[in-house]
Amino acid sequence: MATPVKVYGPPMSTALSRVLACLHEKDVEFQLIPINMSKGDHKKPEFLKIQPFGQVPAFQDESITLFESRSICRYICEKHAEKGNKRLYGTNPLEKASIDQWIEAEGQSFNPPSSTLVFQLAFAPRMKLKQDPKAIKQNEDKLQKVLEVYEKRLGESRFLAGDEFSLADLSHLPNTQYLVTAANRAEIFTSKQNVGRWWDEISSRDSWKKVVEMQKSS
Amino acid sequence: MVLKLHGLPMSTSTTRVMICLHEKGLDFELVPVDLFARENKQPLFLAKNPFGQVPVLEDGDLTLFESRAITAYLAEKYKDSRNDLIRHESLNESAMVKVWSEVESHEYDPVVSQIVHQHFVAPMIGKTSDQTVIDENLEKLGKVLDVYETRLSNTKYLAGDFFSLADLHHLPYTFYFMKTPWASILNDRPHVKAWWEDISSRPAFEKVAVGMVFGEK
Repeated sequence: MATPVKVYGPPMSTALSRVLACLHEKDVEFQLIPINMSKGDHKKPEFLKIQPFGQVPAFQDESITLFESRSICRYICEKHAEKGNKRLYGTNPLEKASIDQWIEAEGQSFNPPSSTLVFQLAFAPRMKLKQDPKAIKQNEDKLQKVLEVYEKRLGESRFLAGDEFSLADLSHLPNTQYLVTAANRAEIFTSKQNVGRWWDEISSRDSWKKVVEMQKSS
Repeated sequence: MVLKLHGLPMSTSTTRVMICLHEKGLDFELVPVDLFARENKQPLFLAKNPFGQVPVLEDGDLTLFESRAITAYLAEKYKDSRNDLIRHESLNESAMVKVWSEVESHEYDPVVSQIVHQHFVAPMIGKTSDQTVIDENLEKLGKVLDVYETRLSNTKYLAGDFFSLADLHHLPYTFYFMKTPWASILNDRPHVKAWWEDISSRPAFEKVAVGMVFGEK
């Protein structure tokens, strides 16, 4: 029987929850090892050994340690292609290419403005940090432009990479969850018909509900 | 059927793909996209990449955008020819390629691209270069390269003792960065310097570097 994989970090971390969603989708057993970031655990030498940039999450599977949530997700999908949701990373190179394309779009175009907004609107107030109204406006505008592209795409196909839920859609769950439920920005998504429909579908998946539960109870 | 790559020979993202094509010994046609005339924002191009960016690869019926998805696709489709850039026979090695490809994407690129844009591109499009942005990013770059220095004193290349997509993805922006006044940030770190000299002298890159003409009159 395989040892459960280890995931290091706090459940509220967007990047960590990306990995948890993937683990749930693939039915891969894991152990969550808390990292107390307010105490600086993530900058201590023992942690820097497994994540030299001092960020969460880090991941361990027997002898291998990995970091960067999107690479961890891809690894989980490749190692456990036959487990859980077998179509999460496509079943042939063409499907995989389309999924990779939209994971890149998420990482390059969606993530920068949305993660800035998540920090400014959801985390800064909790951490008693000053918000930057200019940064908020600039990134709202950028995010709108990106979602206009998504609106068109999601009118052509049910999910981003095609007609099946994939890692590409999953990658968007963490930031969007905060924007919709903790930053008072649901309207950016729900005011667009196709994007709204897509968000409802992907956020009501059992795997994501489990992650949200974990975030609430931590 | 010949691969078609839509883009420009001096664009960092286009060259990222071109280097991969040359590494795999693949024939392709480079179809220029007139960015200055905003051809990339016209409906014909948006039908290929709805984000209106270069490059786009056409391989028969398949159209792909995002340079790193394109290189991953090419490296997988042609994994048995020439160098294996993704280490497909070893789950652990391919995992390390993925990790350091993501590092390039999320830790290195956002920082080095700001410096290159401010120094080379801003003047080209009639804007003044913002030294504050440059300075902030030079500091961040130093910290990222400290991590690289430690890593590269343990392994010859980023993902292990083998050249991979993870190293390849760094070539375009680093090439331009080394033409800025701040190349010492890289040169002062001996293992990073040795790694850079190694990967930038690969024949596939040298073929592409010829067309990378930002900063030259």
